[in-house]
Amino acid sequence: MDNYLLVISSGLQTTIQDLGRKEFRSYGVPISGAMDKYSAILANKLLNNEEGLPVMEMVIIGPKIMFEDNTSIVITGADMSPKLNGKPIESNLVYEVKISDVLSFGKLIFGSRTYLGVKEGFNTEKKLNSYSYYKGITKKSIIEKGDRLKIGYHPSEFDFTSSRIKVKKHHFNTNALEVTKGPEFSRLSKKQREFLFSKIFEIDSLNNRMGYQLKNEFIKIDKNEIITSSVIPGTVQLTSSGKLIILMRDCPTTGGYPRILQLTDISINQLAQKKTGDKFKFKLEGSFSFLSRLVKSLKD
Amino acid sequence: MENYKLKYKPFGSISVLIEWPQKIDIEIIKDINQFRTALQYNMNGLILDTVPAYNSLTVFFDTSKIKYKSAVNRIKEIYNIKNKEPISNAKIWKIPVCYDDEFGIDLEEISITKKITKQEIIRIHSDIIYDLYFIGFLPGFLYLGGLSEKIQINRKPIPRKKINKGSVGIAGNQTGIYPRASPAGWNIIGNSPINIFDVETNPPCFASSGDKIQFIPIDKKKHFEIKEEVKNGNYLIQSKTYG
Repeated sequence: MDNYLLVISSGLQTTIQDLGRKEFRSYGVPISGAMDKYSAILANKLLNNEEGLPVMEMVIIGPKIMFEDNTSIVITGADMSPKLNGKPIESNLVYEVKISDVLSFGKLIFGSRTYLGVKEGFNTEKKLNSYSYYKGITKKSIIEKGDRLKIGYHPSEFDFTSSRIKVKKHHFNTNALEVTKGPEFSRLSKKQREFLFSKIFEIDSLNNRMGYQLKNEFIKIDKNEIITSSVIPGTVQLTSSGKLIILMRDCPTTGGYPRILQLTDISINQLAQKKTGDKFKFKLEGSFSFLSRLVKSLKD
Repeated sequence: MENYKLKYKPFGSISVLIEWPQKIDIEIIKDINQFRTALQYNMNGLILDTVPAYNSLTVFFDTSKIKYKSAVNRIKEIYNIKNKEPISNAKIWKIPVCYDDEFGIDLEEISITKKITKQEIIRIHSDIIYDLYFIGFLPGFLYLGGLSEKIQINRKPIPRKKINKGSVGIAGNQTGIYPRASPAGWNIIGNSPINIFDVETNPPCFASSGDKIQFIPIDKKKHFEIKEEVKNGNYLIQSKTYG
């Protein structure tokens, strides 16, 4: 049995995302997936879904949605003043919704990306083992007004117990992003390294799922191109015009600019919650202490 | 073949970047592909993906099954014991290309700049069997090596806003096919009616790193016919094995 929800208005850049395509990079296919994986996984966990099920990702301005069938929902990530039938609801708390209930969003309070999880996940088109929207891979690359999206079946007698989770504000407002050294870090002079770890960087208006450009002018390096090589989400490129670009989930598989830093997985999620004009510093961390901490965080 | 001195650099939390000497060299590409094949065979199940480029191989592994340090140690061991023989199942793919003026919108200009006839440009471009170095940048974008110096030309000063899917272009020492309509700075000399990248097939691209590509000139009539066959799902891309 197919259940649906109807998109009444689309919001700014609303898409369906899961944890991405991991096995097709050698064919030039980007990983994609939720920009803030932490919040996407949290939405699924709160619903007792498998953590990798597709969720709806929205940016700055949320959509308006009418449910055509009963289900359970949860909102995670940025606070966009969510409302159910006009009444404010809380983030990180599961709500039962009934046929013709309307979910809407208002003012952005903090963060940049909000996730809507539904019981059993979204059941939209799956291409190359993933539901993540990407132009040229999935037929749809963005959610539009009038779209009817298939969602998982949710029996009405389903009994639910879910606890309220409080997400640390730090996830949204940290002003230090942890990084490791990138493959071309050694090309930087002492002066450039000092600049990199002392300056406050500001996010340019050129920021989207593919990457975040930074406003600051960086000290140019002599050898400013590399032989085309692999790039991954979180790679910080130094372009020949002296700009820094932090690649995000939809980035190409290869690039030709020096890769001077690499954001940790946690920092990518934190950056995904930042927007134009937000400021932060880079904080260097040894890759191995980071890895051991990652392993620990997965065990917790 | 001698083993190269490789550099292993941690790259993100689930991958290692392996680097060969910094130059574009077909021998390096062959070594990368042998290593890649050996890794896929010997670390099956532990590796999520291996991504080759001109002089690097990025290996993504499943950190729930193998720790970073042991993965890298295992990878290093495999490089030392890998088969030195060339990969025998590599293929030469025959890609039909129509070089008619309707598609080869920059042929005239290249002919004037390089002082060679259009027929000669087409002959030179389709005579060479190109090495498929790797697929990167965008889904199905093939990085090909081997373009003749005689037809090497700078990219266009002002990129076109949109060129058709299947456009065959040249720029510097590179030639390639645009897998889908996109902005393009390359000089367009023809069009291929086939799908280079098809999301409905697995794998989504028929060719892979280490294969070879040959362009077969076709006329407009044949271009139309093949396009129809592709649309109806009954066109088979011709290939033969080599090595």
